[in-house]
Amino acid sequence: MNTDSNKEPEKCGCEGKEKSNRRDFLLKVGLGLNAVAAAMVGIPVIGYALSSFLQKYPLKPISLGPVSKFPEGTTRLASYHNPYSRKWDGDTAEIPCWVRHISNNDFQVFAINCTHLGCPVRWFDQSKLFMCPCHGGAFYQDGTHASGPPPRPLYTYEWWVENDELFLKGGILPTLADPMV
Amino acid sequence: MIGIFRNVCLWVDDRLHVSKLFAATAGHHVPKSSGSWFYVFGSATLLCFVLQVVTGILLAFVYVPSASQSYETLMALSYEQPLGWFLRGMHYWGSNFMVAIMFLHMTQVFLFGAYKYPREVTWISGCILMILTLGLAFTGQVMRFDEDAYWGTGIGAAIMGRVPFIGQELVHLMLGGPIINSDTLSRFFALHVFILPGSVIALISLHLRMVLTKGINEYPKPGHLVRRETYDQEYAAIIKKEGVPFFPKAISKDLIAASIVIFGILFCTAVFGPKMPNGPADPTQIVTVPRPDFFFLWIFAVAALLPDYTETFLLLAGGPVILLILFALPFVNNTGEKSWRRRPVAVITVILAYVVLGILTYLGHTSPWSPDMGAWTSAITEKSRVTGRSPFELQGLVVLQNKQCRNCHAIEGVGGQRGPDLANIGTRLTRDQLIRQVIQGGGNMPAYGNKLSPYEVDALVAYMVSLRPEGQPPARNSTVPGVPPKDQAALPPKPQGES
Repeated sequence: MNTDSNKEPEKCGCEGKEKSNRRDFLLKVGLGLNAVAAAMVGIPVIGYALSSFLQKYPLKPISLGPVSKFPEGTTRLASYHNPYSRKWDGDTAEIPCWVRHISNNDFQVFAINCTHLGCPVRWFDQSKLFMCPCHGGAFYQDGTHASGPPPRPLYTYEWWVENDELFLKGGILPTLADPMV
Repeated sequence: MIGIFRNVCLWVDDRLHVSKLFAATAGHHVPKSSGSWFYVFGSATLLCFVLQVVTGILLAFVYVPSASQSYETLMALSYEQPLGWFLRGMHYWGSNFMVAIMFLHMTQVFLFGAYKYPREVTWISGCILMILTLGLAFTGQVMRFDEDAYWGTGIGAAIMGRVPFIGQELVHLMLGGPIINSDTLSRFFALHVFILPGSVIALISLHLRMVLTKGINEYPKPGHLVRRETYDQEYAAIIKKEGVPFFPKAISKDLIAASIVIFGILFCTAVFGPKMPNGPADPTQIVTVPRPDFFFLWIFAVAALLPDYTETFLLLAGGPVILLILFALPFVNNTGEKSWRRRPVAVITVILAYVVLGILTYLGHTSPWSPDMGAWTSAITEKSRVTGRSPFELQGLVVLQNKQCRNCHAIEGVGGQRGPDLANIGTRLTRDQLIRQVIQGGGNMPAYGNKLSPYEVDALVAYMVSLRPEGQPPARNSTVPGVPPKDQAALPPKPQGES
């Protein structure tokens, strides 16, 4: 580059051309430096903005308390502290779920969210149905679809009993993209 | 003294070029015919936006976008902060007015053919402004961070979760994590106060720049066609012949409309006040009936009414397809007739769009597809539906009430609207049909076969058979003509030969 610009005045005999070539060079250096700087700032900024896009949120074990809280043959509302919560989450850190104690050590733990569009389903013990207040979805006591628009049974948590304590694996909002189980 | 003032003004103008700026913007020439009442909606929408920016900044003095504190700060804003209720009311009603007037503006532009040559970019930037405005409205309702906002965000996440391949990542991106919490609120706050308003300002600049470079649409004359080859000269001739400076010659109606809009917002604020949060966002408080603000009720209704197999496709593709049509419109329909008087398809499209949106909004508001969760304990039964029944039939009424049938089935309009009204069910379905329906369900009704004893089913069906107007016989099985059901035996037999 430099050698070219040194030669050129001889060729054309004009000093302005040399200046213009120097300016072109500086422009290119300037653009190049700024491209590097932009990448050094931009990549982390985009990484920050999209961090939740890239991050994985594995399900974590959570206790729902002693099994005795859930008498056999009942379906009861329980709640747990979300393992991915922030200190300033307030009430939103407590996540509800439905626990169905079928018999002995046999349970079903359902997410609160309707599989249609995520509204909270309510349990009606008399008719043994979960009903959704948003678009009229209904599920039987075992979580299977009873009526309305939901495209699949209720989302269930993986559960286990350890030392008479009921545990589940949770921490995310279940959606059709990630139904947990 | 006047001389000094004049010199100061001239000096300022010389340094800042104020008069040139004025001549190029507010003083630019517009066709005299555009000084019409139909042309006030654009400036009125802009006015609403400015009001939203001012009131929004003032609300941000107090509001804290934190899941644990937003509710308290809204309460403090509404009840403790002097005139906080007024600012909240102005911001809430300002948003309603902005959405409504923006759609009026869009309708007028569409009907007056203003999107045609050479104003394609004006139209497209307006369409993007519409999306941004709806985005502001949606994120704005999340700022209340109440039960509706919490579950409404959940609905948004559930729709995102239907996107193939990257659904889960989109859910996390939208929520700012794996679940709805404070990060979700902060994210929506950043969208609501920085990203979306900033984008709106950028797009408004482009939109107004296009108004200056390509001019405002002259009031269309029926039969006067737009031709790409001649329009620019025609428009220049109009401006030359009857052009007037926007300020002060064509702005008067905009000013009057602006004051009407402000009076309207003030009136609604004074009479109805701000919209209060309907309860803190506590997901364990599940006795809730989440509903979006009115401008999204139609989407809420669509989500309930679409056939299952079309739902995911239409929820995801519907928006982009509508946008594609809007963006393509000025290119597909670039020239020709502008006046709505000679564009019946345009007029019918507008009428259809408003009727559909209106009906869907009404349905979203009434939500007849949702069970009435409290009907089984609160819906009364008229005396006429009780008296004269046998103890067995009355047992059936108890079953009907206790098993939450009323949550979905009204009796004479009292109760849920999801299933058919049972007022005259005895005249429509036979005993056998009713038993089958109760036990097996179907047609959107759950099966109750393993929740009711045979005795309960019999009692329930006996009661339902008794639900019919006085003097009317119960429904008969059409496949066995001439054989009346047991409890109809007392009626005279049907004459032979009648079908």
